[in-house]
Amino acid sequence: MEVTRDLVLYLERLARIELGEGERETTQRDLRDILTYMNTLGELDTNGVEPLSHAFPVVNVMRADEVIPSREPAEILANAPNRKGNCFRVPKTVE
Amino acid sequence: MELLELTALELSAKIRVGELTVREALDAAYRAIELEEPRIHAFVSLCKEQAYAEALSVQERIDAGEELSPLAGVPIAVKDNICTKGVRTTCGSRMLEGFTPTYNAHVVDLLEQAGLVVIGKTNMDEFAMGSTTETSALADTRNPVDAERVPGGSSGGSAAAVAAGEVWLALGSDTGGSIRQPSAFCGVTGLKPTYGSVSRYGLVAYASSLDQIGPIGKNAADCAALYAILRGKDQRDASNMEAEPLDIAAVEGYRLTGKKIGMPREFFGEGLQADVAARVQEAAEKLAGLGAEMEEFDLPVAKYAVPAYYIIACAEACSNLSRYDGIKYGFSAPESEDLRSAYVNSRSQGFGMEVKRRIMLGNFVLSSGYYDSYYKKALQVKRLVQDAFTRAFEKYDMVLGPVYPTTALKRGEGLSDPLKLYLGDIYTVMVNLAGLPAIALPCGADADGLPVGLQLIGKPFDEGSLLGAGRVYQRKAQEN
Repeated sequence: MEVTRDLVLYLERLARIELGEGERETTQRDLRDILTYMNTLGELDTNGVEPLSHAFPVVNVMRADEVIPSREPAEILANAPNRKGNCFRVPKTVE
Repeated sequence: MELLELTALELSAKIRVGELTVREALDAAYRAIELEEPRIHAFVSLCKEQAYAEALSVQERIDAGEELSPLAGVPIAVKDNICTKGVRTTCGSRMLEGFTPTYNAHVVDLLEQAGLVVIGKTNMDEFAMGSTTETSALADTRNPVDAERVPGGSSGGSAAAVAAGEVWLALGSDTGGSIRQPSAFCGVTGLKPTYGSVSRYGLVAYASSLDQIGPIGKNAADCAALYAILRGKDQRDASNMEAEPLDIAAVEGYRLTGKKIGMPREFFGEGLQADVAARVQEAAEKLAGLGAEMEEFDLPVAKYAVPAYYIIACAEACSNLSRYDGIKYGFSAPESEDLRSAYVNSRSQGFGMEVKRRIMLGNFVLSSGYYDSYYKKALQVKRLVQDAFTRAFEKYDMVLGPVYPTTALKRGEGLSDPLKLYLGDIYTVMVNLAGLPAIALPCGADADGLPVGLQLIGKPFDEGSLLGAGRVYQRKAQEN
């Protein structure tokens, strides 16, 4: 597959990242090299191999049904770049 | 710096019998840091005030006769992706430069309970993405053996701090080799534990199916003592597994006699620096001399491990790092007109190039039309890697190889060609894919005097054998 400038722009959009013009060119080259290398996986026959997401078979991890106090609002908001009272403050989201 | 020449266990023993105070140990560490930091830059933040307060409380507990742990009173450095309450935790990123956690990671609580004292936070590749510590936005860490070389990464600050004699012990994290490779580059011992054996509550997530926290120290005995403290169940990390406590007596009494160690032929092939191969072979001979039976075997799936690893790691990174939006915490770009530009500007200015590259790669392999041929394929390779090791462990107690194809890289050497750096992870990433434990042990030096690392890979939850073998090997090395 070809790594075009349009693909880089598409990935920027998906990633919510905007590259500078110079960064974009380097990224296009790097992604091309890396994806070409990743394509070696195509050589390997994996028909019928069950994908493995978790290294060990752990399912339905439950904890005891006990009430544990949540954090105080002040703690949660302590690192907020912008706040108003007990809320995160954000730019306008609707017109 | 006499005190810094002691091992962590020796230091704690002196403190516990009253020969030394915790405060004196802390003074020695901060003096060493003052001396070495202008050259090494291993730390991003020091937390003297908290450390001296903690030292006082640990001393009181020791004086009151409380049995804390075999490492009570020992100062320790913590990688800067592990949350420390009231001490900023930057992940080596501009994104978290001003982030001060309001809670401790589970492992930090465990350190406090065991009487260790956190002295500062160590530098790392940004969000643990890199193998030289050069992608950090905060500091430029050097290899203590040769300051023109990188310390390795991503736990480069932790390995460098121990190697430079600034501190006795450190915590690192390992997603694809990030404890083992810097340990090898700096000539110290590092353990990547079994996936799920140490809680990651409070570890800033990179690739959650692969990340593990582990110890870096002067030797296997110190690492064993620290790992014994870290290992265990924590409700707050759902991937955390119930496991027997580490049997320190078994580690101390470990014998190599009758043990079988497999050596994958693929670990000694093309691309391996000649004197690294030679040192690792010599180490294997030493283990054979100590009673182990060595045997070569084929591990053909090794060829596909690096691409599978980067696909999985980047996919998980792009998902995990979507939380950095400039709203809840972290860097926020000023003057953004709407929500979308607030996200885009904060992320574009807050993340460095390697992080952006990996997020975009992750978006690619997960995107519609490519998911099956990349992401799903990589998960199938993950299964094949685990199967291959399961088969190997039917025959062998351990698997042996190098940690990295070369010794420490020159500064700047790896940055220009990301793919070349990725390829260097060939011997380390399979361990993470299969969830296995592995240890890096120093095994001599190359022609330039740079340390070479030996890697032993073990069965799930069998850290005891790796630490035991390391103990036997290092005891023997000390005799010579």
